[in-house]
Amino acid sequence: MAPYWEHFAHEADMGIRGIAPTLEQAFEQAALAMTAVITDPAEVLPSEAIPIHCQEPDSEYLFLDWINELIYAMAVRGLLFSRFQVSINNGELTATAFGEAVDRGKHQPAVEIKGATLTELHVYQQPDGLWVAQCVVDV
Amino acid sequence: MDTSQFIQRDETCWEIPAQGPMRVPAIIYADEKLLRDMDQKVHEQIANVASLPGIVEAAYAMPDAHWGYGFPIGGVAAFDPALGGVVSAGGVGFDISCGVRTLLTGLDMADLQPHKQQLADELYRTVPAGVGSTGRIHLNHDEMIAMLKGGALWAVERGFGVARDLEFIEERGCMAGAEPQYVSAKARERQKDEMGTLGSGNHYLEVQRVVDIYDQSLANVFRLKPDAIVITIHCGSRGLGHQIGTEFLKDMAMAASQYHITLPDRELACAPLDSPLGKHYLGAMRAGINCALANRQIITHLTRKAVESVFPGLHIDLLYDVSHNTCKLEPHTLNGQKRNLFVHRKGATRAFGPGHPDLPPEYRHVGQPVLIGGSMGTSSYVLCGTKDSEQRSFSSACHGAGRAMSRHQATHQWHGRALVDELANQGIIIRSASMRGVAEEAPLAYKDVHAVIDVADRAGLAKKVARLEPVICVKG
Repeated sequence: MAPYWEHFAHEADMGIRGIAPTLEQAFEQAALAMTAVITDPAEVLPSEAIPIHCQEPDSEYLFLDWINELIYAMAVRGLLFSRFQVSINNGELTATAFGEAVDRGKHQPAVEIKGATLTELHVYQQPDGLWVAQCVVDV
Repeated sequence: MDTSQFIQRDETCWEIPAQGPMRVPAIIYADEKLLRDMDQKVHEQIANVASLPGIVEAAYAMPDAHWGYGFPIGGVAAFDPALGGVVSAGGVGFDISCGVRTLLTGLDMADLQPHKQQLADELYRTVPAGVGSTGRIHLNHDEMIAMLKGGALWAVERGFGVARDLEFIEERGCMAGAEPQYVSAKARERQKDEMGTLGSGNHYLEVQRVVDIYDQSLANVFRLKPDAIVITIHCGSRGLGHQIGTEFLKDMAMAASQYHITLPDRELACAPLDSPLGKHYLGAMRAGINCALANRQIITHLTRKAVESVFPGLHIDLLYDVSHNTCKLEPHTLNGQKRNLFVHRKGATRAFGPGHPDLPPEYRHVGQPVLIGGSMGTSSYVLCGTKDSEQRSFSSACHGAGRAMSRHQATHQWHGRALVDELANQGIIIRSASMRGVAEEAPLAYKDVHAVIDVADRAGLAKKVARLEPVICVKG
C-alpha cells in the first residue's frame, strides 16, 4: 500500500497522522499532514533543503522531536516544507526537509503551529504491517 | 456529556465527587445545556487534574471548557508546595500568558464611521499579523534577556507606551521571578523577529463598539459608555512561549517517574514545585509571561500610531490587560487559613474581587476587569471580579466562547471570502492574509458566548458589565 497521511479531529486543534509500510515513511507522511494544517502541500516547492537531526530511544518521543524540529525550522527560517527524506537507526533520526519560503499570497497560510503535543501521540505497527505515527498539534 | 455523572450542587455548579485516584472533587460551572454540549473529554480531563499531587480544594472547569491537553481548556487548579504540589506545563499551555488587552479610545461610533475603512487599512498595515509576519523590532542577546526580565516595563522604558499603562496590567506589567537562563537558546531564537506580532489562529486585534451596559456604576468605573469605541488585542508570548511549552512538556513527561508521580495521562506532565525541573519551568514560564506582556505593550504602541494617523492627537488609555494561560503564586484563604498556592489557569481569566491589593487604585473598590474575547462576528464582554469567586474558583472566570467545532469541520462548512463578505454586510470589516484562516475561525465554530457569560455571571465567577461588538477585525 502506498504511504498516505490524514488529519483526525480534535475539538480545538488538529490531529496529524502518517500511515506507511515503513516507520520512516510514516514519519514523512505525518510531516506532510502537518504542512497541510497550514497550507496545501502541493503549493510548496521543494526547492530548499534543510537538515534535521534528533535522537531519542523511544519512538513516540522521537516522533514528537521530529515534528517539533520541523515546527522550529519553519518558524526561525520562515519556510514551509513539502517533501521529506527520513532515515532512523537505533533512535537516531537523520532527515532532510525540502521546502520554500512562506509566500503569504501564494500559500495563504491558515495558521502557525505552536507545538506537537502528547495528546493522541502514538507510533505503532498495525497487524497489517503498516506503521502509524500521529499526534495532535497545537495551533 | 451525560449530566447524570454529576451531583448538581446548584443551578450552575456540577460536581464529580472525589473517587478512585482523585484527591479532590472536580467542579464544572455550566448550565444544563452547556454541560450536555461539552465533550466527555472535559469530564475525563478535569477528573485527571483532580488526581495530581498537592491539589487543594477542587479542580475547576469554567463554562467555556473544552478538550485540551491534559488540562481542559478552561481549567483551574491550585497546588500547595507544602503538600508536594506540582507545576504542569500542560496546565499553562503552549501559548504562555496568552491574553486580552482592551484600550479606550474616547471615540464613539459616529466619530469612527467616516474613517472605518481607513483605520482598518492603517491597523492592518501597522500591526504585523498572520503566519510568516515579522516585527520591526529585532532583539540582540542582552535586549532579549532584559525583555524577559522586564516585560511591559521593559517595553515602556524603550518608548513603547507610557508609565501609566503599567498600572492597568496584571503584575503591573512585570512578572517577578522570571529566570531567562532557563529559557533555551532555541526559544530565544524563535522570538527574535516576533516581538510586536499578533500571531495567527484565534489571535486578533479588534476595534469594537460598546453595545450593552449591564451595570452602570461598574461601567462608569471602567470608563465604558454606550456606543464608545474600544480596541482589543488578543495574543500571547509567540514563538518563545511555544518553545518553552514544547520543551518542558516533554521534559516533565519523561521525568514523572523519577519524581514518583503516576500520571493518569502522559499529557498531564508535571514536576514537583520544589524540584529543580519545577523551579526551572517556573523561571522560564515567568519569562514567557513577560514576553507576552512586552508583546502586547509593543502592539499597543503600534495601535496608537495607527489610530493617531487617522485621528491626530487622540489619547488612548488602557482599560486593562489580562492573561489567561498562567501559573501564579497567590495567597488564598481556605477554611479561614491563608495559604500561598500556585494557581494554574489554562484558558481561564484571573478575576480578583473588590479590595484586592494587586488591583490598580481606580478599580480596587469594585474588582478586576475580566476581559472575554469573542471571535470576528461575535460579541466580546467586559466582566468584573466578585468577592464570591475567591471561594468559587480561586478568583477565576472563563476566557472566551470556546470552540464548538474543529478547524477541520469549519473549513468544510464555510469559505473565507464568503464569510468576509457576509460580515461586511453586517458592518464588520475583516482584514486577514489568509481566507482559509478566516474560515477556520468562523463565528459559528464557537460556542454561544452569551450563554457562557450568563453562566459565569449567575455562578458568581464574575459580574457582567458590558457587551462589545466588532467593527473591524485584523485577524492573525
